[in-house]
Amino acid sequence: MKYVDEFRDAELGRALAAEILSLVEPGRDYKLMEVCGGHTHSIYKYGIDDLLPENVELVHGPGCPVCVIPMGRVDDGLAIARHEEVIFTCFGDMMRVPGSEQTFIDAKAAGADIRMVYSPLDALRIAKANPDRTVVFFAIGFETTAPSTALTLKRAKAEGVGNFLCICNHVTIVPPLRALLESPDLRLDGFIGPGHVSTIVGARPFEFIPRDYGRPLVTSGFEPLDVLHGIAMILRQIAEGRAEVENQYARVVPYDGNHAALAVMAEVFEVRPHFEWRGLGFISQSGLRLSDAYADFDAERRYETPGVRVADPKACQCGEVLKGVIKPWECKVFGTACTPEHAIGTCMVSPEGACAAYYNYGRFAREREVV
Amino acid sequence: MTADPAAVSDREQRILGIIETARAKRPKFKAEQVTMAHGAGGKATQTLIEGLLVPAFAGGDADAGEPRGLAELADAGTVAITDSGVAMSTDSYVVRPIRFPGGSIGELAINGTVNDLAMAGARAEAITVALVLEEGLAAAELRAEVEAIAAAADVAGVEIVAGDTKVVERGHCDSMYITTTGIGRIDQRASLSPAALEPGDRVLVSGPIGDHGTAIMLARDEFDLDADIESDTQSLWPAAAALIATVGDGLRCMRDATRGGVATVLNELARASGVAIVSREADVPVRPAVAGAAEILGIDPMYVANEGRMVAIVAPEAAAEALAALRSVAGSEEAAEIGEVRTEPPGMVLVETAFGGRRVMDLLAGDPLPRIC
Repeated sequence: MKYVDEFRDAELGRALAAEILSLVEPGRDYKLMEVCGGHTHSIYKYGIDDLLPENVELVHGPGCPVCVIPMGRVDDGLAIARHEEVIFTCFGDMMRVPGSEQTFIDAKAAGADIRMVYSPLDALRIAKANPDRTVVFFAIGFETTAPSTALTLKRAKAEGVGNFLCICNHVTIVPPLRALLESPDLRLDGFIGPGHVSTIVGARPFEFIPRDYGRPLVTSGFEPLDVLHGIAMILRQIAEGRAEVENQYARVVPYDGNHAALAVMAEVFEVRPHFEWRGLGFISQSGLRLSDAYADFDAERRYETPGVRVADPKACQCGEVLKGVIKPWECKVFGTACTPEHAIGTCMVSPEGACAAYYNYGRFAREREVV
Repeated sequence: MTADPAAVSDREQRILGIIETARAKRPKFKAEQVTMAHGAGGKATQTLIEGLLVPAFAGGDADAGEPRGLAELADAGTVAITDSGVAMSTDSYVVRPIRFPGGSIGELAINGTVNDLAMAGARAEAITVALVLEEGLAAAELRAEVEAIAAAADVAGVEIVAGDTKVVERGHCDSMYITTTGIGRIDQRASLSPAALEPGDRVLVSGPIGDHGTAIMLARDEFDLDADIESDTQSLWPAAAALIATVGDGLRCMRDATRGGVATVLNELARASGVAIVSREADVPVRPAVAGAAEILGIDPMYVANEGRMVAIVAPEAAAEALAALRSVAGSEEAAEIGEVRTEPPGMVLVETAFGGRRVMDLLAGDPLPRIC
């Protein structure tokens, strides 16, 4: 595949791996956090872990949009989905996320009209094709997906589509990163910055990390060479005693962000005073809701929802995994009670979740040799 | 006015004669669409069976007085089995849409069961076809599938010996479902078992993977993607026969990589034999269009369904010959060796990524795409 294979070249990968080896001091441990779930997925999919020196450890961050949805929000979605007139739409990896009693797949089997869509525009199309039904889109994601939800709502408003509603679960990346950095049990040496989020917000919003916390951050792409290159750039900063924001993904990420996307987000959304994150609890100013101008499209204003905070299952340690305090396999239920088939925590549900990625790709990589 | 009784009688006789002739004639299936009557067991059912199905499926020329198997329309077809090694398999087909680039449900229904038998080392000898039709199905669609079934059976050299037809109310099935059951004689040179894998054995695939599942995905028009991808549906017996003839006991096992794709087959084999299988990603043949679609949709082609591709495990010393034998068969010219069997970790499938790393390739948890076959 043109423009893809170039970023998966094994020879260049080996060259970068050698460069990384030359940048680390033997005997010193390096803990780097990949903020974004997309990076976690790439790391396992391409076996990037295998190419790193033993003393460079990757820690999975909070950037998997499905993983951070708390059970209470799933319950709210289910309450709306069960209305007779509602066609409920969401992304495929949301379907298996457990609420307190059911998942969306369970509710679908029980008769609710729940459909998987690939884009919010698909949901709008369904609304236009079914004028006698109410189509609700369960919007999730960071700044990466928020603009497409915003544009869809803008179009719905312009075209006067009255039967399209949105449950907004969009979140922003900076507040949870700040919360993580404030956490006393955290020890990180640097960050692989979220590539896709940065295509919207740019790299500038992350400047507080080197400035206030003295840690380097390199915004990186998702192909294996991008990830390795990003890691090399972080390690070079550490070796040279620097802590800066650098942009490895400059072919896509403008340092100051995408102004058009930020403008449409500002028009359609407003910041919630606080929003609950799975495993991380309430974080202030971290979630988005529809602005008053779009109140007519807000499913939360149209329908009654339980709005109850459901505590995470006791055994589940998604929070510690998301904070990078423990590795997935250190969780008490990992691989036993909690598996991709029967997920307890959200980290096990999405293929971008640290636990699912580790379960699918990483289980044996470190523990046993292939003979 | 009173009619001449003799004339009435004459006329009656003549009409009765016409009816008699008409009855004796093979009924013609002229309906525009399938109705509930076609499943009721009466004349419409008879018309469907004798007017459409029997002429298409019966091997011998029934009109010329050579009914065999299906054409006798007995409650069961008869098959002559002369030796002890017999394989039997059954499968239901519910694919949506029923026609897709490169094939259709009818072709799939024959090839699928023929392939299940072929993987057991058996050439399909006889097959049964059960149709579940939805009320309102256009006759042209039914006719096209009946012809597809007949054509596929002809290519595979298998006789359709029995069948069944049911019609369900509109909305109770999606156009049509087909169940086929096949029986075949096992080639005595084959000794195949999923538990027979030994460390050092080589893993072959009979051609580029992921074509069928990708063709179906795109045919559903849910993704606004267009690409020139056709289903790989075909009989695998010629490929299986070539392997059996060429490598004999060097052939450990064959599996057609349908639902769940090559990844699922490798996992099943690794578990059954208690061995590890290591696959080399760079050696797995995938057409560029399939790789591109999979990349966009976030799907690994190793998990995508095939309907005319198999995985064969062969002894290391037989690998080169086996690969050459596969490549000599039409439809398997692009066969490739994609990996080998190891000891540790038992029951696991590992992938050496093209990038130089390594990862586990487990069974899929969910179903990425329902109703592909």
